Amino acid sequence: MFLLILKRLGLGFITIFLVSVIIFTGVEVLPGDACTAYLEREAKGELLEICREQLGLNTPAIERYLSWSYNALYGDLGYSLSGEKPINEIISVRVRNSLILAVTAILIGIPLAIILGIVTALWRDKFPDIFISTFAIFSMTIPEFISATILILVVAIWLNWLPGIVIVSSNSTVLELLPNIILPVIAISMVMTAHMLRMVRSNIIQVMSSDYVQMAKLKGVPYWKMVFIHVLPNGLLPAINIIALTIAWLLGGVVVTEVVFNYPGLGRLVIESISDRDLPVVQALALILALIYVGVNLIADLLTLVVNPRLRTLQVRK
Amino acid sequence: MVNQNQISKLKRLSEIIISIFSRPSGMIGFSIVILHIIIAIISPLIVPYDYKEINSLIMLRPPSEEFIFGTDQLGRDVFTRTLMGGRVALLVTFFGTLIAVAWGGFVGIFCGLVGGKIDDIVMRIIDAFLAIPWILAMLLIVVILGTSTEVLIPALGFFYGKGIVRVARAATHDVIARDFIMAAKARGHSNFSIIWNELLPNVRDAVMVEGAMRWSWMLLAFSSLSFLGFGVSPPTPDWGLMISEGRGLMSFAYWSVIAPIVALSSLIIGINLSADAFAKALGIDRTQKAPV
Repeated sequence: MFLLILKRLGLGFITIFLVSVIIFTGVEVLPGDACTAYLEREAKGELLEICREQLGLNTPAIERYLSWSYNALYGDLGYSLSGEKPINEIISVRVRNSLILAVTAILIGIPLAIILGIVTALWRDKFPDIFISTFAIFSMTIPEFISATILILVVAIWLNWLPGIVIVSSNSTVLELLPNIILPVIAISMVMTAHMLRMVRSNIIQVMSSDYVQMAKLKGVPYWKMVFIHVLPNGLLPAINIIALTIAWLLGGVVVTEVVFNYPGLGRLVIESISDRDLPVVQALALILALIYVGVNLIADLLTLVVNPRLRTLQVRK
Repeated sequence: MVNQNQISKLKRLSEIIISIFSRPSGMIGFSIVILHIIIAIISPLIVPYDYKEINSLIMLRPPSEEFIFGTDQLGRDVFTRTLMGGRVALLVTFFGTLIAVAWGGFVGIFCGLVGGKIDDIVMRIIDAFLAIPWILAMLLIVVILGTSTEVLIPALGFFYGKGIVRVARAATHDVIARDFIMAAKARGHSNFSIIWNELLPNVRDAVMVEGAMRWSWMLLAFSSLSFLGFGVSPPTPDWGLMISEGRGLMSFAYWSVIAPIVALSSLIIGINLSADAFAKALGIDRTQKAPV
């Protein structure tokens, strides 16, 4: 058990290490460097030399990678080119804003997905299932920017209930942000709920048709007792990993949603830093997003190990 | 000469096709996709106006007999642009999917077959690539290499192939322990021969379904890039770009966003329904698959 956990941690660490190498070499191999990318047409002669000198771009790549990753390990991500501020300072506010959005969406999305997943599985192919499943396919497949645009058009413009875009600055307090997050949260949790719901549904249907549930049925266990005691515990176990993967997958979708609503979170910072060709910030963001992805998956893996003793004796199933 | 083998192949193909079209979702899905492909091919011949002609006298006209979907902020016909708006997206994502299926399928089968150290190393690298959000990777590539189709096709194809590697590898693991693989190994066939003759026919179904799914995600990625201003450049008509251009004015000219929204959504839903029906016809359960 202890060894298994250590092994998982080790794998997570290796993934993060590889991500940092990929990002670094990616930025390195692509033509130009941080300075030519940022300075663009002015990038010649003295200005370029000064910029390179400041960023230490004249030293060999391996040396720069080592110092970058060493500093990142201790939480120092370097300086941004455009703001000339420490990247930590820029990112921490954005992380907070995005967390508010994500946590609210998760708190709404997960219980909703589990309840709807159970409902659709138990009433399989009946009216509630067909209705909810169809809606889920729509909200899952339609790109985030389209559902967000439709939400703004209907709720903000035609019905005039809520503000369509966020106009607060990134440093505003939580209370100032709160009324603005309603629409983005709806947009994000819609996609998330749809994904999880479908997988919870198919898990439960699978368990319902398993031998031991058939056995319980034949034994004459009352329906609801059977559902709550025999079906749900096993049917919901895989949901932990599904939730983790959905959250991780949403990291991409949140970027688009934040841009549509003009929400000052990590996602908009991604677009801003890329438009500004601010490669140090881009590097830092990629590292942070990868860290979230690996972290969420790791927690899910460990959680499954804790609640499902059967997995503990198996080898690492990768 | 038609031999027994070919007859059984044809029979299976016709069974799959009948099975797809006997489901309402498959019927609707495939009809939508085929309609979109036909429109994309013939649209330059049938559109009523020039897609790039700017006319300041007819800006933001509501839908009428003359312009059935209205006009946009530059006086261009929304109907014309909507019909043509899927051409680049379909072209790029179609060839991107082919590349993704080809390299992802091959690497996945190869890793599944040889196993050991090579497999471990490749899978760790794939894991690392999975941890980088698609949007960040695509944006970085596009910003530095440009947004031409020659860049987008291989970039999307490479980035979306990594998920196929896992599917192909898992499907290979399912058949690798069977006797006919052992027999081929015992006969002394090369790895390449085993992959081509023994594994590929068994893994193909799973990879094709996964490829159909990747197609819809790739389309989503492509149109998101256009929407964010990192995709095709104006005045090329593209749905993502049209929605982002019309978005600011939709409080009084909603028609310029509604048409591309319906077009893009219907195509993506169509592909998803088709992929689902296709999977069910082949007997593959893909609801368990995580959206990576």
